[in-house]
Amino acid sequence: MDEFQTLVDADERIEPRDAMPEAYRRTLIRQIAQHAHSEIIGMQPEGNWISRAPSLRRKAILMAKVQDEAGHGLYLYGAAETLGVDRAELLDLLHEGKQRYSSIFNYPTLTWADMGAIGWLVDGAAIVNQVPICRCSYGPYARAMVRICKEESFHQRQGFEILHTLSRGTAAQHAMAQDAVDRWWWPSLMMFGPPDDQSPNSAQSMAWRIKRFSNDDLRQKFVDMTVPQAEVLGLTLPDPQIRWNAERGHHDFGDIDWSEFFAVLNGNGPCNAVRLERRRRAHEEGAWVREAATAYADKHRRVSSTAGAA
Amino acid sequence: MSVATLPDLATYALRLGDDSLVLSQRLGGWITNAPELEEDVALANIALDLLGQARTLLSYAGEVEGAGRDEDDLAYLRDERDFRNVALAELPNSNFAVTMARQLCFSTWQLALHQRLTSSADETLAGVAGKAVKEVSYHRDHATQWVLRLGDGTDESHRRMQSGLERVWPYVAELFTTDELEQRLASDGVAVDVSALRPEWDAHVDSVLQEATLTRPEGGPMLPAGGRRGIHTESFGFLLAEMQHLHRSHPGATW
Repeated sequence: MDEFQTLVDADERIEPRDAMPEAYRRTLIRQIAQHAHSEIIGMQPEGNWISRAPSLRRKAILMAKVQDEAGHGLYLYGAAETLGVDRAELLDLLHEGKQRYSSIFNYPTLTWADMGAIGWLVDGAAIVNQVPICRCSYGPYARAMVRICKEESFHQRQGFEILHTLSRGTAAQHAMAQDAVDRWWWPSLMMFGPPDDQSPNSAQSMAWRIKRFSNDDLRQKFVDMTVPQAEVLGLTLPDPQIRWNAERGHHDFGDIDWSEFFAVLNGNGPCNAVRLERRRRAHEEGAWVREAATAYADKHRRVSSTAGAA
Repeated sequence: MSVATLPDLATYALRLGDDSLVLSQRLGGWITNAPELEEDVALANIALDLLGQARTLLSYAGEVEGAGRDEDDLAYLRDERDFRNVALAELPNSNFAVTMARQLCFSTWQLALHQRLTSSADETLAGVAGKAVKEVSYHRDHATQWVLRLGDGTDESHRRMQSGLERVWPYVAELFTTDELEQRLASDGVAVDVSALRPEWDAHVDSVLQEATLTRPEGGPMLPAGGRRGIHTESFGFLLAEMQHLHRSHPGATW
């Protein structure tokens, strides 16, 4: 497969019908599926506040955002399907706990301000992670990501604006915003994955140009981007060690509690069970509807082909 | 200010706005719970269209009233008895068949209503209707397709769809019940007399039911029907409690 690596090294796009190493295909399926699952599980923490949004304008924005996430899930499952798997199969793996989704969605949304913090921090971190994927070596994934990133950056601005309004609102609203940032900051930093020296699959993904920057580099980029935004918001990031380091040209920040990350990853986060159960329930309760749609389509295909033959 | 003292036009806008707002709130409950991802998207779409209609209509009601109430004051600070939506709009989602039965009945009615309202003497209402006709045509089509699939799908889906229809049917009659206020506005060319919409509604719904191999329920109207008079079903208070609690917990705050 040297030919394959030469193409990749030349920054050519690999397309579905091109030859590719089996490990490349498997890695992509796993990553794209995990990404798709994250979109649809990620609908839950925000969906949690649609019914309670505090103004009709915010309700409309939130509903549209959660709808966009469903759309992102659809494009991504579509991209995975170009690699020879189907959505139903991937959903089964999610429901059986055999494929993961981003751990960030295992944290609860406890107040309205969490809608702001998710938009600002979680979508902000997602964008930093995803922008390089727009140049990923696999064409369908790269193209799906271009569209997704555009919408994500819109969501990120909406989240920022929610917090901006709260931070400048009543004392209770300001406290609500600060509390949300306190709870979402560290988990957002964990979204970039373990430190480089503990990230075993990164080197191969970099060589295949599925990944272009290391976890730690992306995390640093996110911190550098976010610190000045927090100042504009008038909110404090819950890390007393954050300070500008002129020598490095970056912000220093404190140590991440990786034991929390691994605990949540391994199923012990506050919402792991709830999220998966909700997803399974929607799927199971919808089974009779999907079966009906299939039965109806079969009947009418038969009818129309009979009519066509006559 | 109680709704009872509003000008006719404000009350009329509020009625139609409340229909859309309350049904949007119900449909929003499907997002993340739908039978497939495409339905999360479709139901969110419909809910968003309805919410858009509600926002324009509630804002207009507040403007006509002239007491400085905006869309949020009207959505969040009225109690149950001051809501004017038809009871059909507030019926709980229950299962997908009930939701689709509710949607077919409501959208078919709403489309017929808005098609006529496009020629309202009131420019704002005519404008809302012009936009709504396009949206609601899709809503009606979406519900129609699902009622066909479920009615003529499997034995289980047929049984569930029939029982969904039975569930919502008692609330259909209210859609066609006119009153003095509507008659006054209709005689000025502002409002639509809903009693005139029934034949068109029957024609569409009957043809869908027939094609879907479903039976038109026989049950008569639920009496007394009262959404338009602020007499709601027991579940409605919970819908409002959930929708309004955060807004009400922070009086005067901006979001």
